[in-house]
Amino acid sequence: MADVSSSTNTTPTDAAMARPGRFKEFWRYFRENRGAVIGFYVFIFFLLVAIFAPILAPFEPSTQNRDFTLIPPVWQDGGDWTFPLGTDPLGRDMLSRLIHGARYSFLVGTVVVILAATGGILTGLIAGFAPKWLDTIIMRIMDIILSIPSLLLALVLVAILGPSLLNAMIAIAIVLQPHYVRLTRAAVMTELTKDYVVSARVAGAKLPRLMFVTVLPNCLAPIIVQAALSFSNAILDVAALGFLGMGAQPPTPEWGTMLAEAREFILRAWWVVTFPGLAILMTVLAINLMGDGLRDALDPKLKRS
Amino acid sequence: MNTVVTADHLARHYEVGGGLFSKPGVVKALSEASFSVEAGKTLAVVGESGCGKSTLARLVTLIEEPTAGTLKIDGVEATPDNWDKLRDTVQIVFQDPYGSLNLRHRVGAILEEPLKINRPQMSAKERQEKAREMMALVGLRSEHYDRFPHMFSGGQRQRIAIARALMLEPKLLVLDEPVSALDLSIQSQVLNLLLDLQERLDLAYLFISHDLSVVRHVADDVVVMYLGRPVEFGSKEEVFANPRHPYTKALLSATPSTEPHPDKARIKLEGELPSPLAIPDGCPFAPRCWKAQDKCRAERPELMGDHPAACWFPEG
Amino acid sequence: MTLLNIKNLSVEFETAGGAFRAVDGVDIAVDENDILAIVGESGSGKSVSMLAMMGLLPWTATITADEMSFDGIDLRDLSAKQRRKVIGRDMSMIFQEPMSSLNPCFTVGFQIKETLRIHMDMDRAQRQKRAVELLELVGIPDPERRLKAFPHQMSGGMSQRVMIAMALACKPRLLIADEPTTALDVTIQAQILDLLTDLQKETGMALILITHDMGVVAETAQRVQVQYAGQKVEEQPVRDLFAHPHHPYTAALLDALPERATERHLPTIPGVVPGQYDRPQGCLFSPRCKFADDKCRAVSPPVQPRDLGLARCHYPVNAKEDAV
Repeated sequence: MADVSSSTNTTPTDAAMARPGRFKEFWRYFRENRGAVIGFYVFIFFLLVAIFAPILAPFEPSTQNRDFTLIPPVWQDGGDWTFPLGTDPLGRDMLSRLIHGARYSFLVGTVVVILAATGGILTGLIAGFAPKWLDTIIMRIMDIILSIPSLLLALVLVAILGPSLLNAMIAIAIVLQPHYVRLTRAAVMTELTKDYVVSARVAGAKLPRLMFVTVLPNCLAPIIVQAALSFSNAILDVAALGFLGMGAQPPTPEWGTMLAEAREFILRAWWVVTFPGLAILMTVLAINLMGDGLRDALDPKLKRS
Repeated sequence: MNTVVTADHLARHYEVGGGLFSKPGVVKALSEASFSVEAGKTLAVVGESGCGKSTLARLVTLIEEPTAGTLKIDGVEATPDNWDKLRDTVQIVFQDPYGSLNLRHRVGAILEEPLKINRPQMSAKERQEKAREMMALVGLRSEHYDRFPHMFSGGQRQRIAIARALMLEPKLLVLDEPVSALDLSIQSQVLNLLLDLQERLDLAYLFISHDLSVVRHVADDVVVMYLGRPVEFGSKEEVFANPRHPYTKALLSATPSTEPHPDKARIKLEGELPSPLAIPDGCPFAPRCWKAQDKCRAERPELMGDHPAACWFPEG
Repeated sequence: MTLLNIKNLSVEFETAGGAFRAVDGVDIAVDENDILAIVGESGSGKSVSMLAMMGLLPWTATITADEMSFDGIDLRDLSAKQRRKVIGRDMSMIFQEPMSSLNPCFTVGFQIKETLRIHMDMDRAQRQKRAVELLELVGIPDPERRLKAFPHQMSGGMSQRVMIAMALACKPRLLIADEPTTALDVTIQAQILDLLTDLQKETGMALILITHDMGVVAETAQRVQVQYAGQKVEEQPVRDLFAHPHHPYTAALLDALPERATERHLPTIPGVVPGQYDRPQGCLFSPRCKFADDKCRAVSPPVQPRDLGLARCHYPVNAKEDAV
């Protein structure tokens, strides 16, 4: 409420300035959803861990301590404070690998969301503004992509492009894109009926201006929510691809790949699979909770009073 | 007097429905609209929903092409090729001040947008000066320049919309129900502003409204429309004092007056508007008219006479 | 006997910027056979006070009142279940948007009969008969066929007639009409207003008409209550109000009508209705009032006696001053 002071001695017409700012109002609605706030803090925690991974991690993620293979976590018999969460079959410190794994997850999430959102928003804008035949063609293509199980499609794409983290990200971005297309197109079509678009037309605005300056900023709220949710989707899908050996390749400390590498030790050493799994679960859960809160706060239809 | 806009038998038809196997229906949203507006004058278009007044606004503001007829703006016949040149001349103000402003843009940006598009040679400083000048003209203060529309009340937003419409110094302003979304106490402020601006800038207004008491206050000439067709045309005095078309008469009688219980006999119209897909053959008003005869149901009357009304048996 | 009696009703909403008082100390009293119009601009709290009475406000609202009774029943401490028994049967409401007030998934007949089924002890055949009767009552031609129609197959005027039929289904003693004609065309508006007043005369129910349209008030109401920024500022019989308004706001509002204009420039009320963040001290109308002095700006005005229209004003406009 930075503007309160300015409104005390002005006429009533001006006092509208005193109403809370957009961000403050957003935060108030967001705060009401306790799960979302917890999710937000967990997300920030993981983000910080990812950023400061080299400082936080006690070991290099790929350093192999041959004398200390499959050491259990500290609280179990045989645990050691040097390796708080134990070591994997090659003697690599679990904690360090998990911390570095966070970097990959965030990299994947960010890159996939940027790729999918840019492509999806552009295609959606075009579909929304296009004549009916072009719109139909675009939307049918999107329907086809949506009708194939996403992981299967990603697998096929990776099989064609070759297994690597980058290719996995591209494949997932393509799979996630139709959601953005649909969302953007729907938002564009509602906005197009509004008078401010007509008045921009009367002022002579041409198509690119109408698309990017006039309409797009008004469609962003649902897209932001979708971005948060597909961030977690991307992490999950990359982990799955990694688990199937089609994503990041060993020795990359990516969480899904870690799971895959440790598969055969699952009965002897529970910690080699449990901790990466927990890390995936917590990140995805946190982001989804946060996405829900974002939707509550940004979707005007759900706003009260 | 110089004529700013002349419409000659304007029509706009839409095809609706029409899937793979069904024939599309044709909605005649507007037919046979002819009128002209002179600088400094107000032509009011009156009618209920579905009468074609919004379609008329879209044609005159060059958003849609007419299906038939010609539209001359400032003496030039408007075709899609020269729309861009004519945009300076015609601008529009909408009914809903909440939907007509882009909520993500600041007032300054909203006002400068028409200049940015149509006067690319203008410098940013000149644009800003012009915007501030216009804000002063419509009664907004200069500190409003950096604010977003959601910080304003309905009346002030309507002032912003009017300022935006005036940025290109148009000669004709299409006012599509400019005050019907506003509270009574704000309505009079905006009407006064519009009247002042018209006097000062010699603007021609095409004033679209369903509110007859407002029309009576601002109009010079009045066109009454019913189901996409003009049914009566005349000066304000003629139309209000001596309505000739039965529909006009019914409309006037249905408008609530602020004299409590004058015990006047109100003309009760039976029934409702026919669907625009199935406009009756003869006079479109015949099914609801209390004096309709066989001729009315068979043949369509044209606008006739001096103070013309499209009726076989006009009043008075 | 007073059918509905509300004293000192206040409603506060909790919002992002703190508490907002939408209704501030409003009294409403309606007798049987009475038509009361509540007039005000947006933000005057005219709809909110009615919704509060019917218990239809969201949980962010806090409702307080010294008295709130309907036909001797205290509405304040009714449970939700008991309240539902009263509302919909003895008291019902129609809204501004007839198109969105009907459920698009069900036929008109189903929706009318549903109301009958819940509130009245009737079997299937009786319900059908009553539904047809109701549609006839509100002037819908060919009622048997119309009962099978879905809301989207009807025009706005027809939908509003159906809404009225539903509201009347259980022979209510009080009908609240919230801007019933604002979304309709003028000729249809005239039909609906005539229908409402005719039905009121026939059944002897009380009618509360919430509106912002002075013309509708003048042609329909018996008594008028003017609200401004959540407060009731004046109450008078309709003729007296239009002839001799006592509160400066009412007077200014009537002057601003284009119909009453004597010259090209309309008299205006400067400024806007105070919102949540700029409620003035003293009289709420003082920043816009041409008669306001320091006392008005500092002290909340008293309510004047009945012969001065219960005006909430320090200096009520004299009865000698004609507002024409």
